[in-house]
Formats: sequence, C-alpha cells, structure tokens
Amino acid sequence: MLDIVLIGINHKTAPIELRECLAFSEEDMLNAFSVFKNNPVIMELMLFSTCNRVELLMTTPNPDKAIQTAKQYLSDSKQMALKQFENSLYIHQGDDAIRHIFRVASSLDSLIVGEPQILGQIKDAYRRATSQKTSGVILNRLLHKTFFIAKRVRHETGIGDHAVSISYAAIELAKKIFGSLEGKEILLIGAGEMAELAVENLIRNRSGNIFVANRTFENALKLADKFKGQAIRFEEISGAIERVDIIISSTGAKDLIIHQDQVKKILRKRKNRPLFFIDIAVPRDIDPEINRLSNAYVYDIDDLKGVIEENIEDRKREAVKAERMIDEAVIKFRQWHENLDIVPTIIDLRKKLDTIAQNEVKKTFKSLHHVSESDYQAIYRMTHAIINKILHDPTLFLKQNGYHGLNSASIDFTRKLFRLDEE
Amino acid sequence: MNFINSVIIFFYLMGTATYLFFMFIQKKSWEKTGQYFLTAGFVIHTTALVYGFISSGHIPARNLHETLSVAGWAVVCAFLILQYWFNLKILGIYAAPLASLIMVVSFLVPKTSVHDPEIFKSFWLFLHILFIFLGEASFALACGVGVLYLLQERAIKSKRRGFFFHRLPSLDLLDTIGYVCILAGFTLMTIGLITGFVYAKTIWGKFWSADPKEIWSIITWLLYAALLHGRLMIGWRGKRSAVMAIIGFAVILFTFLGVNFLLEGHHEAFTRW
Repeated sequence: MLDIVLIGINHKTAPIELRECLAFSEEDMLNAFSVFKNNPVIMELMLFSTCNRVELLMTTPNPDKAIQTAKQYLSDSKQMALKQFENSLYIHQGDDAIRHIFRVASSLDSLIVGEPQILGQIKDAYRRATSQKTSGVILNRLLHKTFFIAKRVRHETGIGDHAVSISYAAIELAKKIFGSLEGKEILLIGAGEMAELAVENLIRNRSGNIFVANRTFENALKLADKFKGQAIRFEEISGAIERVDIIISSTGAKDLIIHQDQVKKILRKRKNRPLFFIDIAVPRDIDPEINRLSNAYVYDIDDLKGVIEENIEDRKREAVKAERMIDEAVIKFRQWHENLDIVPTIIDLRKKLDTIAQNEVKKTFKSLHHVSESDYQAIYRMTHAIINKILHDPTLFLKQNGYHGLNSASIDFTRKLFRLDEE
Repeated sequence: MNFINSVIIFFYLMGTATYLFFMFIQKKSWEKTGQYFLTAGFVIHTTALVYGFISSGHIPARNLHETLSVAGWAVVCAFLILQYWFNLKILGIYAAPLASLIMVVSFLVPKTSVHDPEIFKSFWLFLHILFIFLGEASFALACGVGVLYLLQERAIKSKRRGFFFHRLPSLDLLDTIGYVCILAGFTLMTIGLITGFVYAKTIWGKFWSADPKEIWSIITWLLYAALLHGRLMIGWRGKRSAVMAIIGFAVILFTFLGVNFLLEGHHEAFTRW
C-alpha cells in the first residue's frame, strides 16, 4: 500500500530568507517532475510553492526512503547543504499529511487565517501535476477531497467573513453606512499606497465620480488620470465635500485639514445626506469631532486597525469549527485509503457477491415449496462455488499486479466497478 | 373563539422564538421558519376576523379585546408586506413579539360588548377602522426600524460595533424603510381619519365633535406631517428621523390607550372595558 507523505517549510518554520532560497520557479518545478517521474520510490508527486510555503506531497511504498530522496533533491537542486534547512522542514505522514493539506487549502495554516488565495494556488499546483501526469489515484482523490473540504469550510464557517485589511475594512464600513456603493462619489485628498488601494477597491464596487485633491496640483492631475477621475485644487475641497459621499484623506499635513464647523455647514447644504471620512493620515487630517455630527462618520487609521483586530479574532473562533470539519474529512479519507489494499478489496468483493447470491437463492426458494432443506444446502453450496470460480482470475490479477502494492489504480478501478464504497 | 385565539397566539409566539434564535445564530433556516410561523398565524387570524365579520355583520372591533386583535393583525400584515418588499428579515425580532404581546393582552381583557350594535353596521366604519389600524401598524414598524437605526448608528459611531453591527443592515436601508413606513402610515391614517369624519357625520350628524381621541389623532397626524415635511424640505433624516418615529409611536400609543382610560369621549365605549 502506498503511504502519503508531505514534506515542506512554511512561514511558521522558516524566515523569508530561507523560503526564498527554497522556492520553486515554474522551470524548477518542471525539472523536479522530470527527475521524479522515473523514481521507483516516489509514485505520485505534487509540488507547491508560494511566498509563504514550499511543499512536496508524495505517495510512496517506502516513506523513509522517499523523505530522504526529497531532502536530497532539495539540497542538490537549490545548492544548499541539507544542514542549513533541515531543521525548518516539517514532515507529515498518513493522517497528518492528509490533515495538513486540508488545513492549508482551507486557509487555516495561512499567515492571515481565512485568506482566499491559497485555494487557487493549490488548484494551480494540482493542475501542473496532472499535466505532467505525476498525480495518480491517491493524489487525485486527495486533492478533490481537499477542494471539497476547503469550499465547505468557506461556506459553512465565517472564516473568510469580514475584512482583515485596512482598505477592505473601510469598504465594509462604507457598505454599512450607504448600503450599496454604486454611484457613490469619492474625494481623495493627498496620496499614498493605502489610500489608493482603498480607492481601487471602491471602484471595484462600482463607485461613481472620483475627485483628487493635492497641495501640488500636478500630483493631483497624475492621480486623477490613474483613476480616470477629476483633479481639483486644494482650495476647492469644501465645495467637493458638498457633493461627494466618501472622503479618503492621506496627506502629510501637520494640522487638521477639515474641521467640524466646516462640515456642519456642508451637511446642512447637502440636506444631511451621510458623509463618511476615512482618515489614513498620521498625524490626522480630519477633525475627530466630526464624528459627533449626525450623519457624518469618521474613522481614522487606529479605528480601522481596531476593526481588523476584532475581525481576526472572529476568524480564529470560526477556525475551531473548521478544524472539526477537517477531522471528519480526514477520517473518511483514511477509510478509503486503507481499503485501497488488496485484502480488504477482495473481502469486500466476495461479501458483495455472496450477499447477492444469498438473496437471490432465498427469493427463488420462496416460490419453490417442494424443495427440501438438503436441496437448499446443495444449491447454496453451488452458488458459492460459482462465486469462487468467477473471482479466481480477478483475484490473481490483483495479487500479481500488486507487486509491493503499486496497483492502486486497478484496486481503485475494481472498487468503482463493483461499487464497493458506498457514498 | 378562545381556542382560535390561543392558536394564533401560539403561532406568533413560535415566530418570536424562532426570530430570536435567528438573531443569535444567523442561520437562514431560522428566519424562514419564523416567517412561516407568522404567515400561518396571520392566515388563521385573517380567517377568524373574516368569520367574525360575516357572523356579526360588522367589523369585529366593539371592545378593547377585539380592537387589540385587529391591531395585532395589522402589525403582522404590515410586517409581512414590508419584509416581502425590502427583505428586512431582522425586523421580525420586533414585529413578532409586538404582535404576540398585543394578542396576549387582547386575550386577557374582558370581552363585554357595547350595547348598541346598530351603529357598527356602516361601510364607513369598516374603512375607518381598517385604514387607521393599518396606518398605526406602519407607524409601529417605523418605530421598530428607528430603534434598529439607532442601534446600528451607535455601533458605527462608537467604533466598537459589537453584537448588532453585522446583524443589522446598512443605515441607508434602515433610513429608507423607516421613511417608507412613515409615508405609508401617513397615507393610510389620512384616509382613516377622513372616513372616520364621514362616519361621524352619518352617526352623530357632525364631522367634528372635539372628542379627545379626535384631538389627539389630529395631533399625531400633524406630528407625522411635520416629520415628512422636515425630511423633504430640510433633510431630516438619519438619527433625527429615527427618534421622531419613536416619539410618534409613543404619541400613538397614548392616543390609542391613554386617551381611552384617562379622558372621556365617544370612542370610549368600544375601547374601554
């Protein structure tokens, strides 16, 4: 029987410098696949390499040897002494390996729990393995179960709910104020990566016109160009606030730019349509007192960070539920995997045919009243003999082909053909 | 009739319980079940009212017991319509217990009827009662939505968010629904008042008799008129609108109950026991 083995490093076991050294490029992976393709120890292989992890998932008849081979390969291909990274490696076998891949795909092992990209990355890795034909019966099934459990975790727990980045947290808040962000107008004051990211996210939510103000009008023009918005002069900010809905501020100014009494007047002019101020600047640009005005909401960078921390806590709580789902899935997979052996398969096969024969014999006897008990026994023995004869060749085939258990494919096929796994 | 009332109360209470579960657990199935309970209760309630109407020949609102029952019916009716339009599930947590409470009180008060059933046999009275109660139910929901608005606004402004933030819809939606409720309530109440005056003319020969209930109804009407005017002309929205919806409903409660018990008038007979 083939064992499942996983070997790798991630953000928890190794610093970025080491992960960089061990990372696989597209080319490296193709090379690895061709090296392992004809290796007698490693039967199936999947490789994934992201910025947070490098992992090799394999099936092997001889785990110890496989682990040794993989380590040696890493050392050779990355031109690093094994000593340099051996302590950072983690090795999982059997249930632990299954659980690990389930957890990784469900984003429980991620730097930010619940981030959604990892599932896509694993799908890519699996596609690569199938195109190189290095995945077989076991990895195919394992990965399909992995995708299934990852989706289930995402849908049935709140692990991916609620924003955990500044710009998403701001959008989540804006949605709680305005409902839909469609057509909502935006004023961006100043510039900066985080502020621009927030604007991009708003655009993705189909926001309306964008105005950009900057002390240096030229910079405003440049940014406005990027967002297909309209540049305005710094003095025009008050006028702009009369029409926009969301104000994102991120300037280097030492003092406040927008004051409470100014906003009070503006709110009256806009008939109290709500205003949402997002103040990303340090020191702050927007008077926090504005938050006291009805229909005006101010969130500064610390407030947004507070929101994120709370959301991360929520996700951690949800992760507990996810772990339970994964435990269930691991047990199920293990059962399938254990059955993927010759002896249980032959036993199951025999049991199935026996049950069918017995039922049919009983059915027939119900209508034949003149048959004696000894006749019944004779006929029953006959069905048994027929089953033995029928199963003789298939059993031999499975056993012969099963040279140190590498016949997973034919066993899997047999189990499918006779539907031995009730699902 | 007692048995039917108990069944209705049972369904409304079950609705209340399931909405409560929905608020904590946030599973869609709970909300659906709550809706089924309320709808089932509503259908039975409607049937009972129609039966009462047919068997007595007039709208069953002769005493406090019956008027409260109509009021409970109107609340559920308004909620089901609103929920269908805006998909505002969480409001069930307000509407279901409110309807249950009204029905339980209705169940407990004595059921003595007024002496002169003849004055009830008027089409105008039927319209008057129907519209007034549906209007007041709309205002009751506006009050509930107002409370939800204040909770959500507080969650956002305090930056602590907490229990309600993720459970309640956006401020904009709550504000809009509150506005729709008040607009609908105001329209219904206006029609209810006009038909009431016409009915008064046919019974007592005059439109206006300065009865305390009439006076307080006009006060309520003016209050909501002011609220709508303020919203359209000056932009009274958000918190102010929510607070006024709550105050408005308090005045309605006084008009509906307080006036009956504290002041005298010609509504007294069928709204007092």
